Amino acid sequence: MTRKQRRLVLIGGSVGVLAIAVALVLVSLKDSIVFFNSPTDVAEKHLAPGTRMRIGGLVKPGSLERSDNLRIRFAVTDGNHDVTVRYQGIVPDLFREGQGVVAEGKLEPDGIFTADTVLAKHDERYMPREVVDALKKSGRWQEGETK
Amino acid sequence: MIPELGHYALVLALALSVVQAFVPMIGAFYRDGALMRLANSTALMQFLFVALSFAALTTSYVTSDFSVANVYENSHSMMPLIYKFTSTWGNHEGSMLLWVLILALFGAAVAAFGGNLPATLKAHVLAVQSWIATSFYLFILLTSNPFLRLPQAPFEGRDLNPILQDIGLAIHPPLLYLGYVGFSIAFSFAIAALIEGRIDAAWARWVRPWTLAAWMALTVGIAMGSYWAYYELGWGGYWFWDPVENASLMPWLAGTALLHSAVVMEKRNALKIWTLLLAILAFSLSLIGTFLVRSGVLTSVHTFASDPSRGVFILAILVFFIGGGLTLFAWRAPLLKQGGLFAPISREGALVFNNLFLTTACLTVFVGTLYPLALEALTGEKISVGAPFFNLTFAPLFVPLLCAMPFGPLLAWKRGDLPGAAQRLMAAFGAALVAVAATFMAQGAHSVLAPFGIGLALFVMVGALVDLVERTGLFRLPLTAVRGRAAGLPRSAWGTAVAHFGMGLTLLGIVCVSAWASEKIVALKPSQHVSLAGYDLTFDGLVQRNGPNFRELVAHFTVRRGGVALGEMEPAKRTFTSRSMSTTEASLMTRGVSQLYLSLGDSNDDGSVAVRLYYKPLVLLVWLGAVVMMLGGALSLSDRRLRVGAPKPAAKSVLQPAE
Repeated sequence: MTRKQRRLVLIGGSVGVLAIAVALVLVSLKDSIVFFNSPTDVAEKHLAPGTRMRIGGLVKPGSLERSDNLRIRFAVTDGNHDVTVRYQGIVPDLFREGQGVVAEGKLEPDGIFTADTVLAKHDERYMPREVVDALKKSGRWQEGETK
Repeated sequence: MIPELGHYALVLALALSVVQAFVPMIGAFYRDGALMRLANSTALMQFLFVALSFAALTTSYVTSDFSVANVYENSHSMMPLIYKFTSTWGNHEGSMLLWVLILALFGAAVAAFGGNLPATLKAHVLAVQSWIATSFYLFILLTSNPFLRLPQAPFEGRDLNPILQDIGLAIHPPLLYLGYVGFSIAFSFAIAALIEGRIDAAWARWVRPWTLAAWMALTVGIAMGSYWAYYELGWGGYWFWDPVENASLMPWLAGTALLHSAVVMEKRNALKIWTLLLAILAFSLSLIGTFLVRSGVLTSVHTFASDPSRGVFILAILVFFIGGGLTLFAWRAPLLKQGGLFAPISREGALVFNNLFLTTACLTVFVGTLYPLALEALTGEKISVGAPFFNLTFAPLFVPLLCAMPFGPLLAWKRGDLPGAAQRLMAAFGAALVAVAATFMAQGAHSVLAPFGIGLALFVMVGALVDLVERTGLFRLPLTAVRGRAAGLPRSAWGTAVAHFGMGLTLLGIVCVSAWASEKIVALKPSQHVSLAGYDLTFDGLVQRNGPNFRELVAHFTVRRGGVALGEMEPAKRTFTSRSMSTTEASLMTRGVSQLYLSLGDSNDDGSVAVRLYYKPLVLLVWLGAVVMMLGGALSLSDRRLRVGAPKPAAKSVLQPAE
């Protein structure tokens, strides 16, 4: 093979692999990304039930109910709207009323959010950024509230 | 007094670094040996001053000097000594100080051990290294000074985040930084080569040991971070495709590609421009990783309370070095001479294949990590890209790479024999087939991925050993002859085989855990029991205990298998009073390389306690594989050819074909 042919093989191969990668990325970006919504978004956007999404805000004080089999129910609030969340399992250490939380799952037709993952923050001084933004949007955030 | 000394030492290091950034380059321009040699002394002195500065901060931490704001924020007088020590870098400012300490360490190492480098190249490398150092000293002094005092010293500190109060903090960050920052040497070498406009096989031989050392540290650093997350966070996962994890994976992928392309450059004088580009990219990705983690744009356990000015500063550093590096590359690289020729089926071809897939895989991780940030900046829409995305993009690109891995070392340079290599891999194919069949028989046909995953892992592992077996004559020759041949084999051949074998081990662990891990979440009352995967755990009861700076609620379990007691497991919930924060301490029972994993949830009013129990088959292989990869790197590093400071080999050895 001449230098030119070899270069062609190399470039052809690279372009091929790159094209496959781009195709994979595009397909998966369409199917596997999850959008973040605040409780206000959920109330106002009329989101289709069954879509996977993340919601975030504060766990509304007084809303946490525990029942058997590790089932819990709580409300996520951004101060203006609430979303009721159902979850079965063990919640993170820093999950508690009045604290920031992000839940991933889907919205049921009855308006209740069934979460399969509940994330709380890792540090009691630090608030998940999504939650901060959601609270800022609803006007309930005071600068310097948490450091 | 001590914090002020530390602050002062850091300013002196900055001053030295500014000198080192310019004087050696002027020296190289005028061919002035004295000016060039100045870099050696400044590099060593810089390291000395940064080390002093770091020691000063450590002293403040160890003696719990709460008049220092940083110590007050992140330490507590009741913490065990080891955590007082490690909390030095368990915060933003201190971890940046660790960053520059390692940067200075690498600079000093080049100055001390780079005796055989051409004078101008060494001067340029140390100067470029100092540009990086200067920008990070400025970053620390202007935006993240760890030595600031409080007007009035509080009596007690605010404590270190309990999640970080773990031996993992002593191991994971220093190793990871050794890797991240180690790639700065490859970057400096690349920029120096571009400035000089000259690059040859010798360049690759000088760069490779540094890259290899950084790569080894990064490999184990990532693995230790993963193991730490696994046992500390309490959900039993070892990889979350979290942006912060990806930030460390990207430099690893680029660095792995760089290691392999540097071999081609060293042996065959080909792929020169590509290798340069990879050297620039590997460090650029390290900088991006630092930016992502340190600027506070991401939410993670690595994010400490952040300040927007820092993000902008790191972004500026990022733009300067990545932009500058790539611009210089675009301008100067076309002037470099092209390298040798090779057929597509050859050792070079295999290494190009490796590079192609590694860099493409790296690109998909890059897209998946940065796309949410870009989308939010452009549209304000918030999304998260998680495991499903990476499973669909990263995994399909890694499968061909792993399939090709055993072939690479069996192909000859210039023109390889693919059917010949396939024939020599018969044993590996056989092992893979047996594994696939056995797995199908054992588990039934409900998953296709698992048997093929196991098959691929065995193919990689046995395939890695084929080359060694053939070259040592094992199973063919008498044992004494084998021993002689084994001793005569270059260490780099051992290194390759061991590192590839390690990759196979990691894959085997990942496949087994993904396919056969089992999990149970239950609420138990005392004397009730739960069984999983043949193990039976009895809940004996809860006990309160006091630690040095926490109280813990310990659940006591007795583990039995077939009626025989194997031992006890004691998962706990710790409450740290100073931060009113609690952590879950999972309990692990290791059986061979598999583990039982038990973590505690909330206790309920009826006296029951929630527990999460996992059985993780062969899970330890995930990290042991990484350790084996590092050992492979170490073997390769000890190869005479690469030894730092080894005498220059005769010119003819460069032309030698495959070893």
